[in-house]
Amino acid sequence: MNGAHDLGGMHGFGPVVAEPNEPVFHTEWERRVFGLTLAMGAWGRWNLDMSRSAREQMPPAQYLATSYYEHWLFGLERLLVETGFLQPEELERARRGESTSSSGPAEVCEGALRPESVPGMLRNPRGARLDDPVPPKFGIGQPVLARNIHPTGHTRVPRYVRGRRGVVAIDHGVFIFPDSHAAGQGTKPQHVYSVRFVAQELWGPGGSARDNVYVDLWDDYLETPA
Amino acid sequence: MSEHHHDHDRGHRHGIDGSGHPHNTPLTDIQLRVRALESLLTEKGLVDPAALDELVDTYETQVGPRNGAQVVAKAWTDPAFRQRLLDDATGTLAELGFIGRQGEDMMVLEDTESVHNMVVCTLCSCYPWPVLGLPPVWYKSAPYRSRAVIDPRGVLRDFGVALPEDVEVRVWDSTAELRYLVLPRRPEGTEGMSEEELAALVTRDAMIGTAMVCKPEAAR
Repeated sequence: MNGAHDLGGMHGFGPVVAEPNEPVFHTEWERRVFGLTLAMGAWGRWNLDMSRSAREQMPPAQYLATSYYEHWLFGLERLLVETGFLQPEELERARRGESTSSSGPAEVCEGALRPESVPGMLRNPRGARLDDPVPPKFGIGQPVLARNIHPTGHTRVPRYVRGRRGVVAIDHGVFIFPDSHAAGQGTKPQHVYSVRFVAQELWGPGGSARDNVYVDLWDDYLETPA
Repeated sequence: MSEHHHDHDRGHRHGIDGSGHPHNTPLTDIQLRVRALESLLTEKGLVDPAALDELVDTYETQVGPRNGAQVVAKAWTDPAFRQRLLDDATGTLAELGFIGRQGEDMMVLEDTESVHNMVVCTLCSCYPWPVLGLPPVWYKSAPYRSRAVIDPRGVLRDFGVALPEDVEVRVWDSTAELRYLVLPRRPEGTEGMSEEELAALVTRDAMIGTAMVCKPEAAR
């Protein structure tokens, strides 16, 4: 979707300001949102593309006015209801900061992430690479055009490359296709390439004549230029 | 691991109910909201708060940019390792134990006299966790995500880096599941230094591509 998350090329946000000696988390709630997101993700009821898609549902004005872990919290809350872990009324009470009952912590369910399983879970690669013997549609060095498409669901083709010409620089092999995966419509295995776009192709004569932007794009985002 | 030695309310992190907020500071809306969500999920038995502590602790104290710095220093001192890293980053990093979440498929980008690499994720904030830990706020911020692709040299100036006009900037937008680590140039005047001494010079920002590695005297 053409959301506020698709920031590449926008103006007006000001300089990049780095914080010296920045801590990993700034507040306790950030720690808990990070932990809750990974722990609930470990149930396997949703995939990474669904997580990203859920965060992208935040209304644009709100997205730009909130922090990274607020985006995570928004996405997590949405997924918890969509997958039936929580009823909408339960989430609404929690969003108001109300505790649900005085029953206290229950027995931890079988299947919930345990502390002793954390190192293994984090080290166990659950990547998006697939073994499917899908042939590439494009070869290294071949000119390509990023399709001028505007999917209303999740997609990973940024607006700033759509309709622009590039050249296939690297073929990374076969991967899960995020657009279908986020919608629960399967992995649709296909090649991912690093496509090189000359800065002036993206930004016009005001762009650098020397610089290049490499964007990782799937077969379905590309076509052969006319 | 100097970047991880902050005081993070140690001993106060066992569940949100026992969190270490000073009692005289009222909880903000978002603190209350997150606390209520964790309580609800805990009461349902869906999360074990101790697992949350373990997840947080991993990225606060164990996994961080010192991992990447070790890789860079090794690549500077061991040409065969450097070549393997460039040819097969995922497999070569796995030899050092740097595998797993958000580093499943890795690429290492080597800076040269004529090419400077810089990594961004314009769509979210993808970042190579096993070698760099969790991303800093600026990497996740709108200013960086918007400008890195349209004005990379301006972003570099924000970081105090003036890149010569004849050096090509290659910006890598992490739109897929490849994760990128920049192998910065080894500074002059470091010929006699050990791998460990070299690793101490390598900063997180240099491995994202928004900083150069400084000579030892300039780093002091």
